[in-house]
Amino acid sequence: MVAAGAETPAAASPRRPRPRRVAAALWSLPPIAALALVFLYPLALVVWQSVSPEDGGHSTAPYTAVFAEASFREALTNTVLLAAGATAGALLLGLALSLVIAFVPFPGGRALSRFIDLFLAFPSFLITLALLFLYGSAGLANGLWTDVTGAAHGPLDFLHTPWGVLLAEVTYFTPFVMRPLLAAFSQVETGQLEAAASLGARPWRIVRTVILPEALPSLAAGGALVLVLCLNEFGIVLFTGAKDVVTLPMLVYTKALLDGDYTGACVVAVVNITLSVTLYALYRTVMSRTGGGPAFRTGGAHRAGA
Amino acid sequence: MPAPAAPAAPARNPAPAAPGPASGIRFDGVSVSYGRHGEHTVLDALDLTVAPGEVLALLGPSGSGKTTALRTVAGFVQPSAGRVLIGDRDVTGLPPHRRGIGMVVQQYALFPHMKVADNVAFGLRARKTPRAEIPGRVAEALEMTGMAAYAGRHPRELSGGQQQRVALARALAIRPGVLLLDEPLSALDAQLRSGMLAELARLHRELPGVSILYVTHDQIEALTLADRIAVLDRARLRDCGTPQDLYRRPRTEFTASFVGTANLLPVTVRADRDGVDFAGRRLAVPVGDGTAGGAAATLCVRPHLVGLGARPPGGGPANTLRGTVTEVQWRGSTHRLYVAVDGHRVLADPRELRTTPALGEEIALHFAPEDAVLIPAGLTEDGAGHA
Repeated sequence: MVAAGAETPAAASPRRPRPRRVAAALWSLPPIAALALVFLYPLALVVWQSVSPEDGGHSTAPYTAVFAEASFREALTNTVLLAAGATAGALLLGLALSLVIAFVPFPGGRALSRFIDLFLAFPSFLITLALLFLYGSAGLANGLWTDVTGAAHGPLDFLHTPWGVLLAEVTYFTPFVMRPLLAAFSQVETGQLEAAASLGARPWRIVRTVILPEALPSLAAGGALVLVLCLNEFGIVLFTGAKDVVTLPMLVYTKALLDGDYTGACVVAVVNITLSVTLYALYRTVMSRTGGGPAFRTGGAHRAGA
Repeated sequence: MPAPAAPAAPARNPAPAAPGPASGIRFDGVSVSYGRHGEHTVLDALDLTVAPGEVLALLGPSGSGKTTALRTVAGFVQPSAGRVLIGDRDVTGLPPHRRGIGMVVQQYALFPHMKVADNVAFGLRARKTPRAEIPGRVAEALEMTGMAAYAGRHPRELSGGQQQRVALARALAIRPGVLLLDEPLSALDAQLRSGMLAELARLHRELPGVSILYVTHDQIEALTLADRIAVLDRARLRDCGTPQDLYRRPRTEFTASFVGTANLLPVTVRADRDGVDFAGRRLAVPVGDGTAGGAAATLCVRPHLVGLGARPPGGGPANTLRGTVTEVQWRGSTHRLYVAVDGHRVLADPRELRTTPALGEEIALHFAPEDAVLIPAGLTEDGAGHA
């Protein structure tokens, strides 16, 4: 029996020496301080403002008031439906395009893949403007129609409806799904695809049973990213000029800048943030239990951010 | 172990049915070229037949075209000319999933997200094998490859050798008539490779109906496993024959040097065709009917058939060479001597010597006339016509 306090060297070895742990803690202080200053402090101010009614004091009354508004409930519904719809559309389109780019060799495929990277750098409003030029009431498509038929108006008049916002969001966010998917597809061994084909699998079965299971974590990561970005999207909704499509970020803008209701705006902002963080947490939980499980980890580094 | 029966013909999806166990492969003038105008030829008019149940090794250095030849059978490379037949069926234009072949590649290519049993069942499911039949077939294939105890594991939980066995089981589960093995042992260490070679030989005995095309650059694998070896070099078939034939009677210099180690000496056939002249001395070797007197030729003698001394210990006819020792290497059970004979390097692999000759020492070597093979000059550059 080992006497208390007589710790063997073998037992002690896994513990890091104290000076190294102190040094590691010191190294982590600057980034934590910077994060607190530029992110946590403003966030705390927003939360604090949301429980500070304009008649003084602190209470949850602003929340009760905002939750009772029909405009808030409509904005919440719009936000969730648009985000879910745009995510589903971006996932389907992104998956189809990525499969073609990665596995169907065609001239210009590599250039298209590079363009996806460039597309990610575009601001969202630019895509909306482009869609306006194409499909807007005075856009190219309608102009062509009126030139040809002599009609006073073109047939396309949907950009300011929820469908227009959905189209713009799917167009803009699809590359966000494609980038991680293309990276995952490039890691799928050609040998596996050939083995599957030689065993009698047709292309769709290979996609379904070999490629997709291996790319599932990337697909989920792309989908989660798009979902969170869509929940917070402001520029696209603003630029389509869809007055009837009020989302949570638009409601924040309206309350803060047009109505001067800062507390109400902060309440809506807190709800928006909570929604995003909750969905992100849900995504991480699901991934750690399924797609991100050990079956998919084939030797990658398990660092923070991996 | 039961021999594989003919593949169950799936009623709903007849297309990918295997061609049957007695299939065999035929390359009929198969060429593969790349480039805009087909200027890079990687396989040049290959004519070759793998008989039903035969193991044929495609042996050659990197870039010789052997893997390309295998991939034309699998359907992953489209020939620019010629036909590929499996059994009597022309499969040249068929997609891979309709060819009914089993394939094992160097890097195993197991599906990492599936357990071993699911990997092995993959081909059966793809070919719409009746659901009730699948567990039995999976168990049979895993049993055959000694992996039955690992059915519930993921590939990442297995060693390289075990993964290759699973890959083999996966290919065998569909009971293919043709099995393509593309450098299947190259990723394994020497000890595992030796064990797997014995396993493959056993499997072939248990599956006598399966034709195997075995691509390798390793002469030991080819000599050990193959019923016949086809030697490829620079996109062309250089030689083809049984391992014993190619080793003992190589028809080209390339075959002689690639299948085993060889001493290749430039000689001239004597006018009376009673032996050859080498560096001014006469050597007694059998001269074939096709070799004219006065013709240039290459004499091939295997190093292990070259003995020390002017004569064999037991007497008998022998050719004697004299030269200077330039290098001595100990190789465990043998020594390798490098001897310079009139400016030509001659290797001798005697059994381990108690006393080794010193560097620079003059020694005599001998070899029996019947141990030498004469390669006519016409076949030294290109033996394709004789393969």
